[in-house]
Amino acid sequence: MVNWKSNVFPGILGRTCDRPCEPACRRGRVEDEPVAICRLKRVAADNKEDITGRLPAPVAVSNGKRVALIGAGPASLTVARDLAPLGYELTLFDGEAKAGGMIRSQIPRFRLPEEVIDEEVGYVTGLGMDMRLGERVDSLKALLAEGYDAVFVGSGAPRGRDLDLPGRQEAAANIHIGIDWLSNVSFGHVDKIGRRVIVLGGGNTAMDCCRTSRRLGGQDVKVIVRSGFEEMKASPWEKEDALHEDIPILNYLVPKAFTHESGRLTGVLFEKVRPEFDAKGRRSLVPSGEPDEHYECDDVLVAVGQENAFPWIERDIGLAFDDWGMPKVDPLTFQSTLAKVFFGGDAAFGPKNIIWAVAHGHDAAISIDKFCKAEDLAIRPPPGTSMTSQKMGIHEWSYDNDPANDARYRVPLLDKGEALKDVRLEVELGFDRATAYRETQRCLNCDVQTVFAESACIECDACVDICPTDCITFTENGDEADLRGRLKAPALNQDQALYVSGDLPTGRVMVKDEDVCLHCGLCAERCPTGAWDMQKFLLEMTHAGGSCR
Amino acid sequence: MTYITKPQLHHPQLKPNALGYTRRDYEGAVSTLCAGCGHDSISSAIIQACYELDLPPHRVAKLSGIGCSSKTPDYFLGNSHGFNTVHGRMPSVLTGANLANRDLIYLGVSGDGDSASIGLGQFAHSIRRGVNMLYIVENNGVYGLTKGQFSATSDKGSKSKKGVVNHDAGIDLVSLALQMGATFVARSFSGDKNQLVPLIKAALSHKGAAFIDCISPCVQFNNHAGSTKSYDYVREHNEAVNRMDLVPARSAITIDYAPGETVPVAQHDGSVLHLHKLAEHYDPSDRVGALAYLQARQALGEIVTGLLFLDPGARDLHENLGTVDVPLNTLSERELGPGAAALAKINASLR
Repeated sequence: MVNWKSNVFPGILGRTCDRPCEPACRRGRVEDEPVAICRLKRVAADNKEDITGRLPAPVAVSNGKRVALIGAGPASLTVARDLAPLGYELTLFDGEAKAGGMIRSQIPRFRLPEEVIDEEVGYVTGLGMDMRLGERVDSLKALLAEGYDAVFVGSGAPRGRDLDLPGRQEAAANIHIGIDWLSNVSFGHVDKIGRRVIVLGGGNTAMDCCRTSRRLGGQDVKVIVRSGFEEMKASPWEKEDALHEDIPILNYLVPKAFTHESGRLTGVLFEKVRPEFDAKGRRSLVPSGEPDEHYECDDVLVAVGQENAFPWIERDIGLAFDDWGMPKVDPLTFQSTLAKVFFGGDAAFGPKNIIWAVAHGHDAAISIDKFCKAEDLAIRPPPGTSMTSQKMGIHEWSYDNDPANDARYRVPLLDKGEALKDVRLEVELGFDRATAYRETQRCLNCDVQTVFAESACIECDACVDICPTDCITFTENGDEADLRGRLKAPALNQDQALYVSGDLPTGRVMVKDEDVCLHCGLCAERCPTGAWDMQKFLLEMTHAGGSCR
Repeated sequence: MTYITKPQLHHPQLKPNALGYTRRDYEGAVSTLCAGCGHDSISSAIIQACYELDLPPHRVAKLSGIGCSSKTPDYFLGNSHGFNTVHGRMPSVLTGANLANRDLIYLGVSGDGDSASIGLGQFAHSIRRGVNMLYIVENNGVYGLTKGQFSATSDKGSKSKKGVVNHDAGIDLVSLALQMGATFVARSFSGDKNQLVPLIKAALSHKGAAFIDCISPCVQFNNHAGSTKSYDYVREHNEAVNRMDLVPARSAITIDYAPGETVPVAQHDGSVLHLHKLAEHYDPSDRVGALAYLQARQALGEIVTGLLFLDPGARDLHENLGTVDVPLNTLSERELGPGAAALAKINASLR
């Protein structure tokens, strides 16, 4: 439930998330790879028991406020999840027959089974709301005229970018826009592709396109990108998965033309480029002067980015757009220039990812709740925090303080031969319980803080001697730059503040560089006077309702 | 004691020394001593010194007797040779090992009980013979393992944790070592690694009997107001006569000090000690002067620390005895059995 409360879609995100958390993981500061946070969330979701009894029950009595949600993707569903238990009458519109948005349409089934979507979307829609599926909103003006108290736009970035190159029109039958093609596959409208496929683009959509192609009859599938391999937008693990399925990724090739013969695509012509860096380190791609290269293929999938499209929002209703055709949205409150209209997800600030859409949804829900109660949207309560000592006995803690030395575990995959036969067969098997447990033991307990009480310290150096990562220094006080120069080990991450105590009896201070602290508690265990304590920090993010009222 | 093992994870910028080892590679098992024990800081100083000296761990032999201090070799240099001897008998076992294999670096770790009570005779004789070693006494002035009785180094007039006054005269191991002819004598404090680590490095590089008396507060039984070996008392009464840097033989670093303040002293192995005087008129090359100074300051309740005496041209036991130049285990049958002709020659010389 902890997982569900802030993530909303643990099983979905546990399979598909872009993992902005993992680069921040402390384990990655002392070792090559962070904890597999994403896949562990999936384990938690996979292994849960029936939670229906724990979900909020649909509210019987309305609070009299009506909110329209446009698009049934992750952003709108998060708003719905947060507002429904507060008694809002919600109306959810989506052009498709089932809720889920891009989660359902664009993410291939071999990465995310339909049952998981049905289950987790169902938890939200089961909270009680008017579902208007199959009903695409084509006029915001008309919708507003229906008298809703607020409208949330979570319509995503539904338009895939095209490549307007010579031959595009002539060979159109075999050139497909990546996200449209993926949703056609998801909804069963497309079930095969040519033997030789070229995917243009280097993002995660391109990875989904090439891997889907391999499952629909594509035997010779290539990804061809303009940039270098390292700079590709796709997550490293998604590239790895593509390579694993025998899909080569060719780089520094800019598409020049689609070649065709009697109305049929024959291949793509590329110009070879190389990177050049200017004085500021900015990269530009310049022709390498080598002869153009031609790659033959039967089909091309274009996955070179997504765009927002708001043809259904009239420009005369008081909702301002910027020069790029994006609505002007307050980054804090997600309110547009039309007070009762809010945006979130890809519709707000362009294409990001699911977890950002969820975050937007939570914040927009707070705004909508406050807006409907005529409160100031800018006054937003800070998240709740608490610190609790973990000491139970002399060397006993109520958290697991012994981090494992193991390297990151790999998620087992289905045999490649099997996996490539069926586009709906989930390829990642997920951690079994034992492996998941071992992976969790790599966690360095960032939630547990070392708290120092200088009044108790006798400066015996025991904590300095035991610290596995040389975090602690006793030295004369000084300003931060001066102190950093005198640390026992250099602080690599200067953004992480130093923890400096008050003056000690010898006139020195304790300085702790928090950057690579393992939270193993050995400083506290070796402290004879209890000057160090390990305290668990709990962060309770602000959600709509409750403390916001 | 701590139940979890120290995580192997370490600071990403931990620097390897010339041998490619990091400081963490010189560690041993996690200490089972009381939290805050001064001995653990000494272990840490030994780890730091061996790391900085680029000592190959397998060329170091650490020997100890019985007591809290003598347990500590388990907590450092986990890849070195170790010998935990009978109570007070570390010096004779070390002497024997040194005679058999002169190529190893010998580190004797002992405590005030082990060296000043049951092993006092052993201590004195290993020093006067000039065994090439570092003999370090982790001196807390109390029998910690048997719950806090006064030890032989407890100062007369100091109080136990229960408030009992010590009526017996304390043994000053530094004075004893000076009288017994130690060629490197120092005193330090577990709570001052800046002083201790260079002393350990210099002592390990010294050829001859090097002795360090390291005051090491017993947090459990001897860190109270009436103690003269508590963290607070030692900090208040610590009179450091000098500070020191050790510049290894191969290092080209020159340290620039104002003339008259720093005395460079060449060591046998080519390294140079840079001694910075803190107490005026203190001359660490004067054994008699050192003894007199120590007695005078001790009478005032001061604890003199630093490098107290050094004879850079010292001879060791092997030189005095004229032993064979190589470890005994490298002698082959050819050297050990010189043949009938050689035997006849020896016999003839005895007739």
